[in-house]
Amino acid sequence: MKIIVAIKQVPERDAQIRIDAQAKWIEEAGLQWALNESDAYALEEALQLKEKHGGEVIVLSAGPERVGSTIREALAKGADRAIHIDCADLGARDALGVARLLAAAVKPEDPDLILTGLQSDDLGQGQTGVILAELLGLPHASLILHVEKTADGLAVKRELEEGWFQTIELPTPAVLTIQSGGNKLRYTTLMGIKRAKTKEVRTVTAAELAVDAAPVVVLERVALPAKQKSTRMLGGTAKEAAAALVEKLKFEARVL
Amino acid sequence: MSGVWVVVEERDGRVSRGSWEAISAGQKLAAQTGLAVNAVVVGAQTEALASEVATKALGKVVRVEHALLAAYTADGFTLALQQFCATEKPDYVVFPHTYQVRDYAPALAARLGQTLIGDLTGIGDGPVFMRQLMQGRLNGSYRHTGDGPCFLSVQAGAFRAEAAEAGAAEVSIFSPTIEPAQIRTRAGERFRSSAQTVDLGAAQRIVGVGRGIKDAANLPLVQELATALGAELGASRPICDNGWLPMERQIGSSGQTVAPRLYLAVGISGAIQHLVGMKGSQCVVAINKDPGAPIFEAADYGIAGDLFEVVPALTEAVKAAMK
Repeated sequence: MKIIVAIKQVPERDAQIRIDAQAKWIEEAGLQWALNESDAYALEEALQLKEKHGGEVIVLSAGPERVGSTIREALAKGADRAIHIDCADLGARDALGVARLLAAAVKPEDPDLILTGLQSDDLGQGQTGVILAELLGLPHASLILHVEKTADGLAVKRELEEGWFQTIELPTPAVLTIQSGGNKLRYTTLMGIKRAKTKEVRTVTAAELAVDAAPVVVLERVALPAKQKSTRMLGGTAKEAAAALVEKLKFEARVL
Repeated sequence: MSGVWVVVEERDGRVSRGSWEAISAGQKLAAQTGLAVNAVVVGAQTEALASEVATKALGKVVRVEHALLAAYTADGFTLALQQFCATEKPDYVVFPHTYQVRDYAPALAARLGQTLIGDLTGIGDGPVFMRQLMQGRLNGSYRHTGDGPCFLSVQAGAFRAEAAEAGAAEVSIFSPTIEPAQIRTRAGERFRSSAQTVDLGAAQRIVGVGRGIKDAANLPLVQELATALGAELGASRPICDNGWLPMERQIGSSGQTVAPRLYLAVGISGAIQHLVGMKGSQCVVAINKDPGAPIFEAADYGIAGDLFEVVPALTEAVKAAMK
């Protein structure tokens, strides 16, 4: 099976958020970057499918030069090669615009399966995989926890709300968006890091892919959220705060 | 162009709560823009659902009906609503932000050259559309600049279902053309993976634990606090993803919805997926090292500090108080 995994580099989970001067986005200088969590599960699923059925795993990522470190991480975990869409204005494109870039890069590869995480931890739109399927004219399934190869395609376990699941059967080629938690993620080994250095990373520029970049949806402004509740913050040492909390729970909220 | 159209979903044969909320959002949007608001139901037999929807202040309710829409498929729903949009030319299409909508609405929008603005928490003048970014730590305002219909989905709980105005709408039928071969996926029956042995929904007190606990070996720390409080132990998704606690203890959109008298969140940052599962709690306490964590916005009491210091101190204080 030839599998493409679309991955995104996102700010590290605990990163301090500062809004930029135009209040259009966050200040990116000084941020630490990481592989998007559900994309890590998509990569894991791809690597396991390759181990079972053979084939090739190609990672695909769009973004500026810094994305290279996340691509190397995916190669170190076991992907065979990578395609980097060099794109400095990713944030100015909407979900359709980003999916157009990915689709243009995927098409000449003609893969059997395309996996991606179900949503990014930064924008959280959860749309890229589904739009990608639409643009490529392929069937898709979303929120997938497990992938089984069958005689004529795939049987996948889809998560529904409130603890329910459903099996979806679909032919290949197909696009799946992967939910976190379906597999255990592997660690990067030293040997893997060493091997990754010799693996092919092909760079293609956004301009070369020649897709429509004009957005139909624009993020105009960002702001820090306002508090919904008036939270009583309890300070002091751990012991003082704990004592104050028990006091409040017992006599103010009356829940003890 | 024909105004605002709300796509209604059913749940156990009735209009889902999220759909009433979407109708309420649609009415608000219609009032702001001076447009008419209407609704669509999609399925194989939609008469009962349509008449339930028609009790609200809507211009029209359209039954998009076809035998191949009996069970949800992304292909079927996308095709049916694409044809519907081609005929009605809506200005806005509003959905509840459900797993089902997330599965096909982005494709539907893309087919019409548009991009869905998903998971809205509010609608402002303009109109501008508010949604959360960075796992709830940032709010964004979006504007639709395309010349086709604007596709929107609204977050559960963001608009009040009770605010949907009553009225009487005219019901009609739209019959899309769908061939069996156009539906490429086959969906099986719904199932649950294992018998549920813990009913967090009935618990009076819950201690929820998140990523901040760092390692499974640290869980006894939180378990001791739960025991002292006579509380059940719950968790955010990453804890269950790692296999540190069973999936049935997961609280949030993909796990259980709880509403205890006391919910104590330990090391949980408060991503929306978790908040929707516990926001009905009477009293919420948050302990987190990051004072900017969104969980504090949903909390009545907060302690910004190291849980490895605060939790043992709290366990002792609770034990002393409960004697």
